[in-house]
Amino acid sequence: MLSLKYRIAFHVALAVAASSNAWAQPPGQAPRRQGGFVPGQQRAEEDPAKVSKGKGIYGISCRGCHGADLRGGDMGGPNLLRSQLSLSDREGEKIVPVIQGSLQSGGMPAIPMSPEDARAVAAYVRSVLSTIGGQGKPPSAQEPPTILVGNAEAGKVYFEAKCSSCHSATGDLKRIATRIKDPKVLQNTWVAGGGRAGRGAASESPRRVVTVTVKPANGGAAVQGRLVRIDDFVVTLELADGSIRSFRRDGDVPKVEVNDPLTPHRELLSVYADKDVHNVTAYLVTLK
Amino acid sequence: MKFLPFLLLLTVSVASFAQGSGVAPEELLKPLKDSWPTYNGDYSGRRFSALNLINTSTVKHLSLAWSVRYTPGMPPPAGAGRGRFGGGPPAKLIVGGEGTGELAAGGGTIKASVLAVDGTLYFTMPDNAWAVDARDGRELWHYYWKTRGGTHIGNRGMAIWNNYLYMETPDNYLVSLDAKTGKERWHKTIADLEQGYFSTPAPIVVGNHVLVGTGNDIDSPGFLLSFDAETGDLQWKFYTVPMQKGDPGLDTWASLDAARHGGAQTWIPGAYDPETKLYIIGTGNPTPAYTTGKRGDGDNLFTCSLVAINVETGKMAWYFQTSPHDMHDYDSAQTPVLVDAPFNGKMRKLVLTAARNGYFFTLDRVTGERLVTAKYGQWTNWAKGLNKFGGPEHDPLKDPTVGGALVSPTSDGTVNWQPPAYSPDTGLFYVPEGNGYSLFYLTDIDPRGSMGLGGKEEAAVGTGGNYLSAIDYRNGKVVWRHRYYGNGGGGGILATAGGLVFAGDGMGNLVAHDAKTGKPHWNARIGNITNAPQTFLLDGHQYLTVATGDTLWAFILN
Repeated sequence: MLSLKYRIAFHVALAVAASSNAWAQPPGQAPRRQGGFVPGQQRAEEDPAKVSKGKGIYGISCRGCHGADLRGGDMGGPNLLRSQLSLSDREGEKIVPVIQGSLQSGGMPAIPMSPEDARAVAAYVRSVLSTIGGQGKPPSAQEPPTILVGNAEAGKVYFEAKCSSCHSATGDLKRIATRIKDPKVLQNTWVAGGGRAGRGAASESPRRVVTVTVKPANGGAAVQGRLVRIDDFVVTLELADGSIRSFRRDGDVPKVEVNDPLTPHRELLSVYADKDVHNVTAYLVTLK
Repeated sequence: MKFLPFLLLLTVSVASFAQGSGVAPEELLKPLKDSWPTYNGDYSGRRFSALNLINTSTVKHLSLAWSVRYTPGMPPPAGAGRGRFGGGPPAKLIVGGEGTGELAAGGGTIKASVLAVDGTLYFTMPDNAWAVDARDGRELWHYYWKTRGGTHIGNRGMAIWNNYLYMETPDNYLVSLDAKTGKERWHKTIADLEQGYFSTPAPIVVGNHVLVGTGNDIDSPGFLLSFDAETGDLQWKFYTVPMQKGDPGLDTWASLDAARHGGAQTWIPGAYDPETKLYIIGTGNPTPAYTTGKRGDGDNLFTCSLVAINVETGKMAWYFQTSPHDMHDYDSAQTPVLVDAPFNGKMRKLVLTAARNGYFFTLDRVTGERLVTAKYGQWTNWAKGLNKFGGPEHDPLKDPTVGGALVSPTSDGTVNWQPPAYSPDTGLFYVPEGNGYSLFYLTDIDPRGSMGLGGKEEAAVGTGGNYLSAIDYRNGKVVWRHRYYGNGGGGGILATAGGLVFAGDGMGNLVAHDAKTGKPHWNARIGNITNAPQTFLLDGHQYLTVATGDTLWAFILN
């Protein structure tokens, strides 16, 4: 069944190549303007002069209720960036009547301005909502606050009690805060047990350095190497000389021992209190 | 004119496969056996097939019958080739759509349930539908929808009513096709693309109703639509959040404006109970997802809930909220499973669900009465006990925090959209169980709350293990866990009367597990599984089909 194997490999490779082609532009065409948070959506370019004018009028007549960033203001006006009405507006046909008073029953007063000014305000609103991020993320989010909320002294005490059997501030973690400058990255990294934390880290990456010992059932010599991949059916090792060996698995035969340096860290995930995590991070950022 | 002979040949071959009489709506009331005529095989959502030719003794002989790769979109210019593998010449291509054709959308992955009817398979990728011969995977026709845009994350497949098919598109159209020819009958608007909606679900046909859900990530109301199967006329629209003063559930929101932007999308098809005429469907997360802001501290109904809707009236009969005031995008868009089984010594009509938030529930499906709440996610830690209704009570300390909250599961959930299975032979409910941990950071401290899925950053920091898990519906206890080395469960689960449970192991294997113990009996390393395994009977053979990316695989016993 050799040919089947090749076909499988080929299929998988092609599937990956095909999926990376998402939203490819036809060759020879200038990239089209993408419509904000709706992938592929075609929106007309706004006239910059009109947008600029609309922004000025918005600041005078709308901002108090709807907020400087359009996400709702102190005087109770709703968020315009998630308003179905403004999202569907193309050239003022939805927004202008509301400015002129069509929603007074819902609490939106008529705003005195010329139809031309109202259309300029609509153009400004559209220009902002076209900057909404993927999955509806707001365009105007402030700089996130520092994640350093812990107590460095308490973190040091915790570190010395719980971490120092494997780690040392003057050994493997010397100048860790210089090597990893962003406290958030540092926290993600140490909680994950080193290496890179990320979305994919939820599954066990076969690329991590994990050693495996395979003991054949017939009593032959045990084989040891770096884990390449493992599932219920095959275990694959890279031996010291760089060669690759794999073994078919059937339940407990052959016996396979996996030595994963991350196991202790993974077991700690259910032990840490968030306060401990924050305190240890506050301590580690002092190791410059 | 050199293509003429080929075209004639194609016409003849299509005719010779002429797919019988389609599926009369009464057929859909039967339990799953020889065919696979609706998303979950039958209305119960059990994904349990009564077929048993492939069983614990014979499964070792399960072998490849065919595998074919399908190419979405328009064919490239002549001579460029389409990279076919045993799929035969390009099928008759039918093109529809409201777009210009300039958007070469990707998303060429089969995440759909495959309808298996009269020796023909019907399946989808976003914007694309196929009919292929179940005996060899050869294309009979290919329908391509030119899109206006929208998120092309997946499509869960089609519904069939007599000889008509129904597909949803990412730019929010319900498209009806003639099953024999692939020709479009009509298309109708589901939702407004400009408002961020994108439609991934498989429609479900009940009687002459085509039940259609949709999705959206920005703050917008979720809803379920019912279209007339013949004409495509809208029959009713059910909103999953309060939209008017006086609507039920409004008191669980800080304001009507918050409720009307509250989410609760209808991402995944539900299950249907013919006796009560109730369509039971899970709803999505509240929006904004990770911040309370203006949605207030209430439960935010009917987000993250099971809701039961009368298919004739479009009115809600009952609800149960599985994730009150969700703060982690743990939507409840999982497939509910309808089971008639003993509970405390009495036969009960039950609905079971294993939610994305790590909790399993057993309810009475006639009344919505909660019978069991149990944590099945081994390390699930975001809740502190149960609220007065028996739903998990979120722990505010485990909401996203500025310093980072260490939470299991990740926002991907203990399970996501993947359909579970239930076997009446074992009384066990089978579900993938992922126990990932993430640090959830609150990044948008604006008191108004964030928008959509914004306002947080998430770093996955490890896993407490991935499993195929078998749950006892009577108490929610996990009877066994089979450890996966990868992120198992793939596209979902199939259980059969052959004593088997089929699932992907996240390491590229399709695995046949023993339904009683979880022990693997058979595997094939075909790549990561992207839809739930399915089975049907044809020419006396029990077929097992599954997809990996753009490729469909069919196995039979040799």
